[in-house]
Amino acid sequence: MESNLKKVLEKGEFAVTVELGPPKDSRRGIIERKGELLKDYADAINVTDNQTAIVRMSSIAACAILKQMGIEPVMQMVCRDRNRIAMQSDIFGAYALGVKNILCLSGDHQKFGNHPTSKGVFDIDSTQLIQMVKKMRDEGEVLGGDKIKEPPHLLFIGAAANPFADPFEFRAIRLAKKIRAGANFIQTQAVFNVEKFKEWMKMVRDKGLDKKVYILAGIIPIKSARMAAYMKEEVAGLNVPQEIVDRMKGAADAKKEGMRISLEIIEQMKSIKGVHGIHIMAVGWEKIVPSIVDDAGLFPRPKFT
Amino acid sequence: MIIAERKPIKEIEKMIMPYKKVLIVGCNTCVTICMAGGEKEVDILASSLNLLFKSKHKEIEFIKRVVERQCEKEFVEELKEDIASVEAVLSLGCGVGVQKIVEVFPHIPVYPGLNTKSIGAPEEEGVWKEKCVACGDCILDKTGGICPIARCSKKLLNGPCGGSQDGKCEIDKNLDCAWQLIYDRLKLLGKLDQLEEIIPVRDWSKANDGGPREVIREDVRLKNGK
Ligand code: SF4
Ligand code: SF4
Repeated sequence: MESNLKKVLEKGEFAVTVELGPPKDSRRGIIERKGELLKDYADAINVTDNQTAIVRMSSIAACAILKQMGIEPVMQMVCRDRNRIAMQSDIFGAYALGVKNILCLSGDHQKFGNHPTSKGVFDIDSTQLIQMVKKMRDEGEVLGGDKIKEPPHLLFIGAAANPFADPFEFRAIRLAKKIRAGANFIQTQAVFNVEKFKEWMKMVRDKGLDKKVYILAGIIPIKSARMAAYMKEEVAGLNVPQEIVDRMKGAADAKKEGMRISLEIIEQMKSIKGVHGIHIMAVGWEKIVPSIVDDAGLFPRPKFT
Repeated sequence: MIIAERKPIKEIEKMIMPYKKVLIVGCNTCVTICMAGGEKEVDILASSLNLLFKSKHKEIEFIKRVVERQCEKEFVEELKEDIASVEAVLSLGCGVGVQKIVEVFPHIPVYPGLNTKSIGAPEEEGVWKEKCVACGDCILDKTGGICPIARCSKKLLNGPCGGSQDGKCEIDKNLDCAWQLIYDRLKLLGKLDQLEEIIPVRDWSKANDGGPREVIREDVRLKNGK
């Protein structure tokens, strides 16, 4: 069976993906509970791969649990922890377990996690990872050139883009590189600065890239004024305008305000040409996702047989 | 050049504790320039150790020497007499220097007094920065003369990553993002189109991952009658 996410996007529906962070232990129940909560509200669920370099249940195992529940996962894979041998082996394994979507990432540096003294692998980078997966899928060969008897034909390849990182003028060129490498869909860094995002999308459209790849805009619901300030000051690669921090500070009900902000951003994303969906990353606040998707008018999700 | 930094004195103290007479050997080349293991540093270390051991009512006699290049046998051999008179050697050379002494004088314990940090360059007064990791297959022609393997925290060949902000790397606000530097340099040269090309996966077998590397020049060997 083909990737459901791919079908949704190909049919021209405005797609919704949601992020799920596995626990820092082996509790299967956590994956099941989050999966149950999110499954009707997303076309696919992204499972992070030791996000921020903190040791968590492996992405591949958590994806397998979701698959067993009939939920479609997007397996995230970072270049930080594995070399090309381990990555390809995991891709075979994941495909055997029914995983159809893979998101190829460089990964946060190990310095940020709970093992800052570990060795960062970075044998290949995210662009090369995309190339490698495409080669496995389309040419039926592993990177080293050996033939694959039954290639993972149905893999849908994703990549990340951060419109807010520097150098800004290079961001669309880098996206073009990832598309050339083989990316089918893009999930962006969380959008708070809509104006800047629009500028980036214009560069993307000018290069005709929105015709070559599906772009899902990242959404992070903000839970508190503190979280807004923290994201603005501390998180590399995030662009949170002061206005949003102020709104969160001034709000009587911060959670409601955070949700309102997310809904406003989603509304704007829907109207930008070339944006094909959203990717919600509700770090530690997955509970809010159903209401956001519902209130954004994106529920129920399309079903294909 | 090789950049090194002296080990914490406590660590050195522990290594030479068991001995009564120790030879401290500096090197006149890289580690002199990076102020880690030249004549001056050998002096300073010897006096600091003297003070330290005195406060603990212990005495170690130090002989101080500096050789021209600790990585070359010919220079290290000059230490023969001194080495015969001591129980151990404390090297203030880089990791290569330590190992060269070991090769020339296999019967005496040799201890590293420095941490060898990188292949780099002096940047400003008192600052030395890493520039190259000797990957064995130089790609500076593709990256505007700035090395992403040594200078990008994730060794990205198709950077910059999403953490590059205001020219700085995501792991440290004081660290230049190598890929911003690459971008700026290629822009300056009017060669930004170079960055549209995907740099392919690397052959790490040419780096240390392929095992310790040797350079053999047959022409030179023949000339010397080998
Ligand atoms: S590409 Fe390799 S050889 Fe060239 S500077 Fe970088 S690490 Fe050194
Ligand atoms: S911020 Fe720049 S130097 Fe740091 S990891 Fe990313 S690309 Fe490399």
